[in-house]
Amino acid sequence: MPKRPSIRYRLSFSKPRCLALAAVLLTSLVAQAQSAPRVPLISGGIGMFSSTYEGSTFMQPVIAPVLAAPLGPHLLIESRADLRGLLQQNNNIGPFHGSFTASLEYLQADYIANRHLTITAGRFLTPFGTYNERLTPIWIRNLQDAPLIFAIGTRTSGSSNGVMVRSNLYATRKISIDNTAFFSAKVSDGQFQSARAFGDRLTIYLPSKRLEMGGSFERFLQATPSEKPHRNSAGLHLWWSPWRSPLQVRAEFAHGPHAAGYWIETAYPLTQLGGANSLLGRLEPVFRMQQTFRITPQPGDGLPSADTQQADFGFDYHLPHEVRLNTSYSRTFSSTNGNIWDISLTYRFLFPAWKGAR
Amino acid sequence: MNIDSLHCIGAISLLLTASISLTAQTPSPASGKKPATIHNNPGERAFKANCSRCHYAPESLSPRITGTVVRHMRVRANLSAEDERLILHYLNP
Ligand code: HEC
Repeated sequence: MPKRPSIRYRLSFSKPRCLALAAVLLTSLVAQAQSAPRVPLISGGIGMFSSTYEGSTFMQPVIAPVLAAPLGPHLLIESRADLRGLLQQNNNIGPFHGSFTASLEYLQADYIANRHLTITAGRFLTPFGTYNERLTPIWIRNLQDAPLIFAIGTRTSGSSNGVMVRSNLYATRKISIDNTAFFSAKVSDGQFQSARAFGDRLTIYLPSKRLEMGGSFERFLQATPSEKPHRNSAGLHLWWSPWRSPLQVRAEFAHGPHAAGYWIETAYPLTQLGGANSLLGRLEPVFRMQQTFRITPQPGDGLPSADTQQADFGFDYHLPHEVRLNTSYSRTFSSTNGNIWDISLTYRFLFPAWKGAR
Repeated sequence: MNIDSLHCIGAISLLLTASISLTAQTPSPASGKKPATIHNNPGERAFKANCSRCHYAPESLSPRITGTVVRHMRVRANLSAEDERLILHYLNP
């Protein structure tokens, strides 16, 4: 019968191995910690918006801070709030009166499960189309006002409370395919409002052409006093920014239960006239054409009550130090026609959450 | 202005932007920040293919938060793990 090694022997036998294993583990942990992001960041935008529509003007000071905090190699906590004041006159005369609103747009934990999959839980921006997730930050959007079809697929608040599965399904140098699926529960409370809904968005991006196409779907599961549950919204988007030109083309079409519409936006920073930091190169003309079609009357669905066409002409000026001046004129054709004049100043900030070494 | 003239202005603006973009495809050597050109360095290529899709790059980026930014953007843009790695290496060699 083979002699069992004594405990002492076993210990002394395994000690070097243990040490080696510990060293390997430690090195890999240190390597992982070094390659994993660690320092949280604080970012966001501060802005002052003003809008004049048919002689009445309102102003909105806004601050929208963002926090992104990695916790180890797999977890990211991210959040954005929106704090804004509204200053307007009573019947267009007299002093300006103010009100204040604060909303938590997202507060989510992203778990990077593996190379392909990220699972998100918490409150997140409803992933329908592109505008909500990408262009709502005040320092990113080219035009101050959201498109007329913004409410399609993003009701009730633009945010969802629930779970989201984000995946990069396939990626090569030529093509990248990704998918985002979500489920959200109903929260009627003002601050954390969201709808009971689920949805999916599939996107194909061709890096060699800088061309992106995608389709979104959302099923609204909750009933309202005037609407039955189970209503579908669907959308398509196309983004293109050619390699050899600063042109940007972005377009979305969306069809909701009561209305449909599209927007197409082109922007052309004049960086080729003397460089990005020249007087002219800082200028970016923007044009957006939008149209909505009313299918059935539905007050409160966030879309114009009658068929509407709108053309937005903008000039954005990129000042140094992350400051931008946006101006635009919009002409609306609907049951009543109107002019909208917008002007805004935004500043983007970005810094590590604390000082010191990495 | 009526709806027809609006359509007309819309079409002209779209055409104008398209034609400026086509005629201006070759940047003059004097221009500072040139439009992105396809590059052989995979990190630079991944950066240029992805990081100006949605917004302008920040004027400066502290190396201490580059990893956090790229992780945040990987989630927001559903970037591949490989693109995250390449871009991180490109920004923080
Ligand atoms: C799919 C669109 C998209 C792409 C692609 C994208 N970004 Fe962003 N980026 C955003 C949005 C949206 C925000 C603002 C986050 C917010 O306010 O919720 C942002 C914010 C940032 C910020 C501010 C700090 C932060 O993390 O919020 C930096 C810096 C940044 N992006 C750099 C990059 C870099 C570098 C890349 C390339 C890897 C990139 N972005 C690719 C959409 C994008």
